Amino acid sequence: MTVGGWQPARVIEAVGATPSARLLHLQVPGWPGNDAGQHVDIRLTAEDGYQAVRSYSIGSYGPGETIELAVDEIPDGEVSPYLVRDVLPGDELEVKGPLGGYFVWRPGGAAPVQLIAGGSGIVPLMAMVRAATDAGAAPSVRLLYSVRSAEDAIYRDELAQAATDGGVGLTWRYTRAAPDGWTGHVGRVDDDVLRAAVWEPGREPIFFVCGPTGFVEHVADALVGLGHPSARIRTERFGGA
Amino acid sequence: MAVVSRGFGARRRESDPRLPPGQYLTEDFPVLSAGPTPRIDLDEWRFGIRTETGGEVSWTWEEFQALPIEDVDTDIHCVTRWSKLGTSWRGVSLDTLLESVESEAEYAMAHSYGGYTTNIPLDELREGQAWVAFEFDGEPLDAEHGGPARLLVPHLYFWKSAKWVRGLTLMDDDEPGFWEQNGYNMHGDPWTEERYW
Repeated sequence: MTVGGWQPARVIEAVGATPSARLLHLQVPGWPGNDAGQHVDIRLTAEDGYQAVRSYSIGSYGPGETIELAVDEIPDGEVSPYLVRDVLPGDELEVKGPLGGYFVWRPGGAAPVQLIAGGSGIVPLMAMVRAATDAGAAPSVRLLYSVRSAEDAIYRDELAQAATDGGVGLTWRYTRAAPDGWTGHVGRVDDDVLRAAVWEPGREPIFFVCGPTGFVEHVADALVGLGHPSARIRTERFGGA
Repeated sequence: MAVVSRGFGARRRESDPRLPPGQYLTEDFPVLSAGPTPRIDLDEWRFGIRTETGGEVSWTWEEFQALPIEDVDTDIHCVTRWSKLGTSWRGVSLDTLLESVESEAEYAMAHSYGGYTTNIPLDELREGQAWVAFEFDGEPLDAEHGGPARLLVPHLYFWKSAKWVRGLTLMDDDEPGFWEQNGYNMHGDPWTEERYW
Protein backbone atom coordinates (compact mmCIF):
# COMPACT_ATOMS: atom_id res chain seq x y z
CA MET A 1 0.00 0.00 0.00
CA THR A 2 2.05 2.89 -1.26
CA VAL A 3 0.15 6.13 -1.59
CA GLY A 4 0.77 7.90 -4.85
CA GLY A 5 0.32 11.58 -5.62
CA TRP A 6 -2.85 13.55 -6.17
CA GLN A 7 -5.24 12.04 -8.70
CA PRO A 8 -7.95 14.01 -10.48
CA ALA A 9 -11.51 12.94 -9.69
CA ARG A 10 -14.91 13.93 -11.06
CA VAL A 11 -18.15 14.17 -9.13
CA ILE A 12 -20.65 11.93 -10.90
CA GLU A 13 -23.49 12.03 -8.39
CA ALA A 14 -24.42 14.18 -5.39
CA VAL A 15 -27.56 13.33 -3.43
CA GLY A 16 -28.88 14.43 -0.06
CA ALA A 17 -28.56 11.85 2.69
CA THR A 18 -29.82 13.83 5.71
CA PRO A 19 -30.70 17.52 6.21
CA SER A 20 -26.97 18.20 6.75
CA ALA A 21 -25.18 15.47 4.80
CA ARG A 22 -24.73 14.49 1.19
CA LEU A 23 -23.54 11.36 -0.57
CA LEU A 24 -20.96 12.03 -3.26
CA HIS A 25 -19.90 9.53 -5.89
CA LEU A 26 -16.50 10.29 -7.33
CA GLN A 27 -15.00 8.78 -10.43
CA VAL A 28 -11.25 8.39 -9.95
CA PRO A 29 -9.44 7.10 -13.05
CA GLY A 30 -6.81 4.61 -11.92
CA TRP A 31 -8.20 4.22 -8.38
CA PRO A 32 -6.63 0.99 -7.06
CA GLY A 33 -9.67 -0.04 -5.01
CA ASN A 34 -9.88 0.13 -1.22
CA ASP A 35 -10.58 -1.95 1.86
CA ALA A 36 -13.65 -1.32 3.99
CA GLY A 37 -12.84 1.37 6.57
CA GLN A 38 -10.13 3.27 4.72
CA HIS A 39 -10.18 7.00 4.09
CA VAL A 40 -9.08 9.44 1.42
CA ASP A 41 -7.62 12.94 1.33
CA ILE A 42 -9.61 15.43 -0.74
CA ARG A 43 -7.92 18.51 -2.19
CA LEU A 44 -9.85 21.49 -3.48
CA THR A 45 -8.19 24.26 -5.50
CA ALA A 46 -9.75 27.68 -6.07
CA GLU A 47 -9.32 29.57 -9.33
CA ASP A 48 -6.59 31.74 -7.79
CA GLY A 49 -4.62 28.68 -6.64
CA TYR A 50 -5.75 28.66 -3.01
CA GLN A 51 -5.99 25.07 -1.73
CA ALA A 52 -7.54 23.20 1.18
CA VAL A 53 -7.24 19.50 2.07
CA ARG A 54 -9.36 17.34 4.36
CA SER A 55 -9.65 13.61 5.10
CA TYR A 56 -12.92 11.73 4.60
CA SER A 57 -13.86 8.13 5.27
CA ILE A 58 -14.92 6.08 2.26
CA GLY A 59 -18.37 4.47 2.38
CA SER A 60 -17.65 2.11 -0.51
CA TYR A 61 -15.11 -0.69 -0.72
CA GLY A 62 -13.55 -3.07 -3.20
CA PRO A 63 -12.26 -2.70 -6.76
CA GLY A 64 -13.57 -0.21 -9.28
CA GLU A 65 -12.85 3.41 -10.06
CA THR A 66 -15.85 4.96 -8.30
CA ILE A 67 -15.80 5.79 -4.60
CA GLU A 68 -18.57 7.01 -2.32
CA LEU A 69 -18.16 9.63 0.39
CA ALA A 70 -20.83 10.83 2.80
CA VAL A 71 -19.99 14.34 3.94
CA ASP A 72 -21.71 15.94 6.93
CA GLU A 73 -21.62 19.74 6.99
CA ILE A 74 -19.68 21.40 9.79
CA PRO A 75 -21.49 24.76 10.11
CA ASP A 76 -18.39 26.97 10.33
CA GLY A 77 -16.31 24.65 8.18
CA GLU A 78 -14.47 25.56 5.03
CA VAL A 79 -14.54 22.40 2.93
CA SER A 80 -17.64 20.49 4.09
CA PRO A 81 -20.13 23.29 3.22
CA TYR A 82 -18.73 23.32 -0.31
CA LEU A 83 -19.06 19.54 -0.65
CA VAL A 84 -22.55 19.47 0.89
CA ARG A 85 -24.08 22.56 -0.75
CA ASP A 86 -22.11 23.71 -3.74
CA VAL A 87 -20.46 20.88 -5.61
CA LEU A 88 -22.36 19.49 -8.62
CA PRO A 89 -22.01 16.47 -10.88
CA GLY A 90 -19.28 17.22 -13.40
CA ASP A 91 -17.18 19.27 -10.97
CA GLU A 92 -13.59 18.23 -10.41
CA LEU A 93 -11.38 17.83 -7.39
CA GLU A 94 -8.36 15.75 -6.40
CA VAL A 95 -7.93 12.70 -4.19
CA LYS A 96 -5.03 10.90 -2.54
CA GLY A 97 -5.40 7.41 -1.19
CA PRO A 98 -6.63 4.98 -0.12
CA LEU A 99 -5.23 5.72 3.34
CA GLY A 100 -5.07 3.86 6.64
CA GLY A 101 -4.26 0.25 7.41
CA TYR A 102 -5.68 -0.30 10.90
CA PHE A 103 -9.33 0.75 11.04
CA VAL A 104 -10.02 -1.77 8.29
CA TRP A 105 -12.17 -4.90 8.00
CA ARG A 106 -11.38 -7.69 5.59
CA PRO A 107 -13.41 -10.88 5.17
CA GLY A 108 -12.11 -14.17 6.50
CA GLY A 109 -11.76 -13.58 10.24
CA ALA A 110 -13.49 -15.98 12.61
CA ALA A 111 -14.46 -13.40 15.26
CA PRO A 112 -17.88 -11.78 15.23
CA VAL A 113 -17.80 -8.10 14.31
CA GLN A 114 -19.37 -5.35 16.38
CA LEU A 115 -19.76 -1.98 14.71
CA ILE A 116 -20.72 1.06 16.79
CA ALA A 117 -21.36 4.41 15.06
CA GLY A 118 -22.21 7.87 16.30
CA GLY A 119 -23.64 10.29 13.70
CA SER A 120 -21.56 10.51 10.54
CA GLY A 121 -19.20 7.92 12.06
CA ILE A 122 -21.36 5.44 10.17
CA VAL A 123 -19.46 6.02 6.90
CA PRO A 124 -16.49 3.63 7.28
CA LEU A 125 -18.75 1.16 9.11
CA MET A 126 -21.19 1.23 6.17
CA ALA A 127 -18.31 0.06 3.98
CA MET A 128 -17.82 -2.83 6.43
CA VAL A 129 -21.55 -3.70 6.40
CA ARG A 130 -21.46 -3.78 2.61
CA ALA A 131 -18.26 -5.85 2.52
CA ALA A 132 -19.57 -8.33 5.09
CA THR A 133 -22.92 -8.65 3.32
CA ASP A 134 -21.24 -9.33 -0.01
CA ALA A 135 -18.91 -11.87 1.64
CA GLY A 136 -21.84 -13.74 3.21
CA ALA A 137 -20.65 -12.74 6.67
CA ALA A 138 -23.58 -10.49 7.60
CA PRO A 139 -24.94 -12.78 10.34
CA SER A 140 -21.69 -12.34 12.30
CA VAL A 141 -21.98 -8.55 12.13
CA ARG A 142 -23.89 -6.37 14.55
CA LEU A 143 -24.27 -2.61 14.23
CA LEU A 144 -25.31 -0.18 16.94
CA TYR A 145 -26.02 3.22 15.38
CA SER A 146 -26.58 6.26 17.58
CA VAL A 147 -28.24 9.26 15.91
CA ARG A 148 -30.11 12.31 17.14
CA SER A 149 -33.24 11.31 15.23
CA ALA A 150 -34.21 9.01 12.37
CA GLU A 151 -33.85 11.77 9.78
CA ASP A 152 -30.22 12.31 10.86
CA ALA A 153 -29.29 8.73 9.98
CA ILE A 154 -27.10 8.48 6.89
CA TYR A 155 -27.82 5.23 4.96
CA ARG A 156 -31.08 4.68 6.90
CA ASP A 157 -32.85 2.70 4.18
CA GLU A 158 -29.84 0.68 3.07
CA LEU A 159 -29.10 -0.30 6.68
CA ALA A 160 -32.69 -1.39 7.24
CA GLN A 161 -32.39 -3.57 4.16
CA ALA A 162 -29.03 -5.00 5.24
CA ALA A 163 -30.74 -6.03 8.49
CA THR A 164 -33.89 -7.46 6.91
CA ASP A 165 -32.42 -9.18 3.86
CA GLY A 166 -28.81 -9.72 4.81
CA GLY A 167 -29.04 -10.59 8.48
CA VAL A 168 -26.88 -7.82 9.93
CA GLY A 169 -27.93 -7.31 13.56
CA LEU A 170 -29.02 -3.66 13.61
CA THR A 171 -29.85 -1.66 16.73
CA TRP A 172 -30.85 2.00 16.54
CA ARG A 173 -30.26 4.40 19.40
CA TYR A 174 -31.99 7.79 19.21
CA THR A 175 -30.47 10.46 21.42
CA ARG A 176 -33.00 13.29 20.90
CA ALA A 177 -36.17 12.13 19.18
CA ALA A 178 -37.47 8.68 18.24
CA PRO A 179 -39.56 7.96 15.16
CA ASP A 180 -43.31 7.32 15.49
CA GLY A 181 -44.07 3.94 16.96
CA TRP A 182 -40.68 3.60 18.67
CA THR A 183 -41.10 1.80 21.96
CA GLY A 184 -37.53 1.92 23.24
CA HIS A 185 -35.86 4.59 25.33
CA VAL A 186 -34.41 7.81 23.96
CA GLY A 187 -30.97 8.91 25.16
CA ARG A 188 -27.26 8.39 24.78
CA VAL A 189 -25.63 4.99 24.55
CA ASP A 190 -25.11 3.63 28.06
CA ASP A 191 -24.07 0.33 29.64
CA ASP A 192 -27.58 -1.14 29.38
CA VAL A 193 -27.74 -0.39 25.67
CA LEU A 194 -24.31 -1.91 25.14
CA ARG A 195 -25.15 -5.05 27.11
CA ALA A 196 -28.31 -5.57 25.07
CA ALA A 197 -27.01 -4.69 21.61
CA VAL A 198 -23.42 -5.85 21.57
CA TRP A 199 -21.87 -9.33 21.23
CA GLU A 200 -21.02 -10.55 24.72
CA PRO A 201 -17.35 -10.77 25.80
CA GLY A 202 -17.40 -14.59 25.66
CA ARG A 203 -17.87 -14.41 21.88
CA GLU A 204 -14.63 -12.41 21.61
CA PRO A 205 -15.93 -9.86 19.10
CA ILE A 206 -13.72 -7.35 17.35
CA PHE A 207 -15.03 -3.78 17.67
CA PHE A 208 -14.95 -0.87 15.28
CA VAL A 209 -16.16 2.32 16.97
CA CYS A 210 -16.40 5.58 14.98
CA GLY A 211 -17.92 8.94 15.78
CA PRO A 212 -17.30 12.27 17.51
CA THR A 213 -14.51 12.22 20.10
CA GLY A 214 -16.83 12.38 23.12
CA PHE A 215 -19.01 9.54 21.82
CA VAL A 216 -16.06 7.27 21.05
CA GLU A 217 -14.35 7.99 24.39
CA HIS A 218 -17.54 7.16 26.24
CA VAL A 219 -18.34 3.99 24.31
CA ALA A 220 -14.78 2.63 24.35
CA ASP A 221 -14.47 3.21 28.11
CA ALA A 222 -17.82 1.52 28.69
CA LEU A 223 -16.83 -1.51 26.57
CA VAL A 224 -13.64 -1.94 28.60
CA GLY A 225 -15.76 -1.66 31.76
CA LEU A 226 -18.04 -4.43 30.46
CA GLY A 227 -15.07 -6.76 30.08
CA HIS A 228 -14.02 -6.35 26.45
CA PRO A 229 -10.22 -6.24 26.06
CA SER A 230 -8.82 -2.92 24.80
CA ALA A 231 -6.81 -4.72 22.15
CA ARG A 232 -10.04 -5.82 20.42
CA ILE A 233 -11.49 -2.31 20.25
CA ARG A 234 -10.46 -0.22 17.24
CA THR A 235 -11.51 3.41 17.27
CA GLU A 236 -11.68 6.38 14.97
CA ARG A 237 -12.56 9.79 16.41
CA PHE A 238 -13.34 13.12 14.79
CA GLY A 239 -13.72 16.65 16.10
CA GLY A 240 -12.25 18.34 19.14
CA ALA A 241 -12.17 17.45 22.80
CA MET B 1 -1.32 22.79 -12.51
CA ALA B 2 -3.82 21.36 -10.09
CA VAL B 3 -7.42 20.67 -11.04
CA VAL B 4 -9.59 23.70 -10.21
CA SER B 5 -12.77 22.99 -8.27
CA ARG B 6 -15.49 25.24 -9.68
CA GLY B 7 -16.71 27.81 -7.19
CA PHE B 8 -14.47 26.67 -4.34
CA GLY B 9 -12.81 29.20 -2.06
CA ALA B 10 -15.64 31.43 -0.85
CA ARG B 11 -15.26 30.37 2.79
CA ARG B 12 -11.48 30.28 2.85
CA ARG B 13 -9.49 30.76 6.00
CA GLU B 14 -6.59 33.14 6.45
CA SER B 15 -3.27 31.58 5.69
CA ASP B 16 -0.57 31.67 8.35
CA PRO B 17 3.16 31.19 7.72
CA ARG B 18 3.31 28.98 10.80
CA LEU B 19 1.07 26.41 9.07
CA PRO B 20 2.94 23.65 7.22
CA PRO B 21 1.63 22.76 3.74
CA GLY B 22 -1.73 20.98 3.60
CA GLN B 23 -2.63 21.85 7.22
CA TYR B 24 -5.53 23.88 8.60
CA LEU B 25 -5.83 25.75 11.86
CA THR B 26 -8.00 24.45 14.68
CA GLU B 27 -8.83 26.05 18.01
CA ASP B 28 -9.98 22.87 19.74
CA PHE B 29 -7.87 19.78 20.38
CA PRO B 30 -8.85 16.75 18.27
CA VAL B 31 -7.95 13.22 19.33
CA LEU B 32 -6.30 10.54 17.17
CA SER B 33 -6.17 7.21 19.02
CA ALA B 34 -6.33 3.67 17.71
CA GLY B 35 -8.25 2.28 20.69
CA PRO B 36 -9.71 3.00 24.11
CA THR B 37 -7.96 5.51 26.37
CA PRO B 38 -5.83 3.71 28.98
CA ARG B 39 -6.11 4.93 32.60
CA ILE B 40 -2.81 4.81 34.47
CA ASP B 41 -2.52 5.15 38.24
CA LEU B 42 0.29 7.55 39.20
CA ASP B 43 1.44 5.10 41.91
CA GLU B 44 2.10 2.53 39.21
CA TRP B 45 3.39 4.89 36.53
CA ARG B 46 7.03 4.45 35.46
CA PHE B 47 9.10 5.95 32.71
CA GLY B 48 12.12 3.92 31.66
CA ILE B 49 14.89 3.87 29.07
CA ARG B 50 16.53 0.65 27.87
CA THR B 51 19.70 0.94 25.82
CA GLU B 52 20.90 -1.20 22.92
CA THR B 53 23.28 -3.00 25.30
CA GLY B 54 20.57 -3.81 27.85
CA GLY B 55 21.25 -1.01 30.32
CA GLU B 56 18.11 0.25 32.04
CA VAL B 57 17.03 3.26 34.03
CA SER B 58 13.56 4.18 35.24
CA TRP B 59 11.77 6.83 37.24
CA THR B 60 8.66 6.73 39.43
CA TRP B 61 6.19 9.61 39.16
CA GLU B 62 7.69 11.19 42.28
CA GLU B 63 11.26 10.84 41.03
CA PHE B 64 10.22 12.21 37.67
CA GLN B 65 8.65 15.32 39.19
CA ALA B 66 11.96 16.02 41.00
CA LEU B 67 13.80 16.36 37.67
CA PRO B 68 14.29 19.78 36.07
CA ILE B 69 10.99 20.81 34.48
CA GLU B 70 10.80 23.02 31.40
CA ASP B 71 8.06 25.21 29.94
CA VAL B 72 7.50 24.55 26.23
CA ASP B 73 5.53 26.83 23.91
CA THR B 74 5.12 25.28 20.50
CA ASP B 75 2.92 24.65 17.47
CA ILE B 76 1.66 21.09 16.90
CA HIS B 77 0.71 19.43 13.61
CA CYS B 78 -1.39 16.28 13.18
CA VAL B 79 -1.13 14.13 10.05
CA THR B 80 -4.95 14.26 9.85
CA ARG B 81 -4.30 17.87 8.77
CA TRP B 82 -5.13 20.01 11.79
CA SER B 83 -2.55 22.26 13.40
CA LYS B 84 -2.78 24.06 16.69
CA LEU B 85 -0.59 27.10 17.24
CA GLY B 86 0.96 28.41 20.45
CA THR B 87 0.24 25.47 22.72
CA SER B 88 1.89 25.48 26.15
CA TRP B 89 3.24 22.43 27.91
CA ARG B 90 5.44 21.52 30.88
CA GLY B 91 7.66 18.49 31.04
CA VAL B 92 11.12 17.03 31.34
CA SER B 93 13.54 17.38 28.43
CA LEU B 94 14.77 14.19 26.78
CA ASP B 95 18.26 15.73 27.10
CA THR B 96 17.88 15.42 30.87
CA LEU B 97 16.54 11.86 30.69
CA LEU B 98 19.14 10.63 28.18
CA GLU B 99 21.97 11.92 30.40
CA SER B 100 21.29 8.91 32.63
CA VAL B 101 22.25 6.36 30.00
CA GLU B 102 25.23 5.61 27.82
CA SER B 103 24.30 4.75 24.29
CA GLU B 104 25.56 4.90 20.75
CA ALA B 105 22.18 3.93 19.31
CA GLU B 106 20.75 5.95 16.43
CA TYR B 107 17.03 5.28 16.86
CA ALA B 108 14.47 5.07 19.63
CA MET B 109 11.17 3.22 19.87
CA ALA B 110 8.72 4.92 22.21
CA HIS B 111 6.44 2.48 24.07
CA SER B 112 3.11 3.40 25.61
CA TYR B 113 0.70 2.01 28.14
CA GLY B 114 -1.92 0.31 25.97
CA GLY B 115 0.69 -1.05 23.56
CA TYR B 116 1.21 1.85 21.14
CA THR B 117 4.70 2.32 19.70
CA THR B 118 6.39 4.88 17.47
CA ASN B 119 9.95 5.19 16.13
CA ILE B 120 12.07 8.34 16.12
CA PRO B 121 15.74 9.02 15.25
CA LEU B 122 17.58 9.51 18.54
CA ASP B 123 19.28 12.73 17.44
CA GLU B 124 15.79 14.23 16.91
CA LEU B 125 15.02 13.64 20.57
CA ARG B 126 18.10 15.58 21.72
CA GLU B 127 19.13 19.24 21.85
CA GLY B 128 15.88 20.71 23.05
CA GLN B 129 13.65 18.99 20.50
CA ALA B 130 11.66 16.59 22.72
CA TRP B 131 10.10 16.26 26.17
CA VAL B 132 8.04 13.94 28.31
CA ALA B 133 5.17 16.34 29.04
CA PHE B 134 2.61 16.04 31.83
CA GLU B 135 0.92 19.46 31.77
CA PHE B 136 -1.05 21.13 29.00
CA ASP B 137 -2.31 24.70 29.24
CA GLY B 138 -1.50 24.89 32.94
CA GLU B 139 -3.43 21.73 33.87
CA PRO B 140 -2.46 18.08 34.35
CA LEU B 141 -2.61 16.40 30.93
CA ASP B 142 -6.02 14.72 30.33
CA ALA B 143 -5.97 10.97 29.74
CA GLU B 144 -7.55 11.34 26.30
CA HIS B 145 -4.68 13.61 25.28
CA GLY B 146 -2.08 11.19 26.65
CA GLY B 147 -1.94 11.80 30.41
CA PRO B 148 -0.41 11.21 32.85
CA ALA B 149 2.49 11.88 30.46
CA ARG B 150 3.12 11.87 26.73
CA LEU B 151 6.10 12.32 24.52
CA LEU B 152 6.23 15.79 22.94
CA VAL B 153 8.22 15.98 19.69
CA PRO B 154 6.58 18.99 18.08
CA HIS B 155 8.81 19.27 15.01
CA LEU B 156 7.36 15.96 13.74
CA TYR B 157 3.71 15.05 13.02
CA PHE B 158 1.95 14.53 16.31
CA TRP B 159 1.54 10.75 16.07
CA LYS B 160 5.26 10.68 16.98
CA SER B 161 4.39 12.38 20.29
CA ALA B 162 3.30 9.09 21.84
CA LYS B 163 0.45 9.35 24.35
CA TRP B 164 0.61 7.47 27.69
CA VAL B 165 4.33 7.01 27.17
CA ARG B 166 6.10 4.58 29.52
CA GLY B 167 9.55 4.36 28.02
CA LEU B 168 12.06 4.34 25.21
CA THR B 169 13.98 1.43 23.75
CA LEU B 170 17.18 2.59 22.04
CA MET B 171 18.07 0.75 18.82
CA ASP B 172 20.95 0.59 16.34
CA ASP B 173 18.56 0.19 13.42
CA ASP B 174 15.27 1.88 12.60
CA GLU B 175 12.08 -0.16 12.97
CA PRO B 176 8.48 0.85 12.27
CA GLY B 177 6.15 1.55 15.19
CA PHE B 178 2.37 1.17 15.20
CA TRP B 179 1.18 3.77 12.68
CA GLU B 180 4.39 3.31 10.72
CA GLN B 181 3.26 -0.30 10.11
CA ASN B 182 -0.21 0.95 9.20
CA GLY B 183 0.48 3.40 6.43
CA TYR B 184 2.30 6.36 7.96
CA ASN B 185 5.79 7.60 7.18
CA MET B 186 8.86 6.40 9.10
CA HIS B 187 10.01 9.97 9.81
CA GLY B 188 7.06 12.41 9.68
CA ASP B 189 8.35 15.93 8.93
CA PRO B 190 5.28 18.19 8.52
CA TRP B 191 7.18 20.81 6.49
CA THR B 192 8.01 18.30 3.73
CA GLU B 193 4.68 16.46 4.16
CA GLU B 194 6.18 13.10 5.13
CA ARG B 195 2.69 11.73 5.80
CA TYR B 196 2.29 8.30 4.22
CA TRP B 197 4.26 5.42 2.77
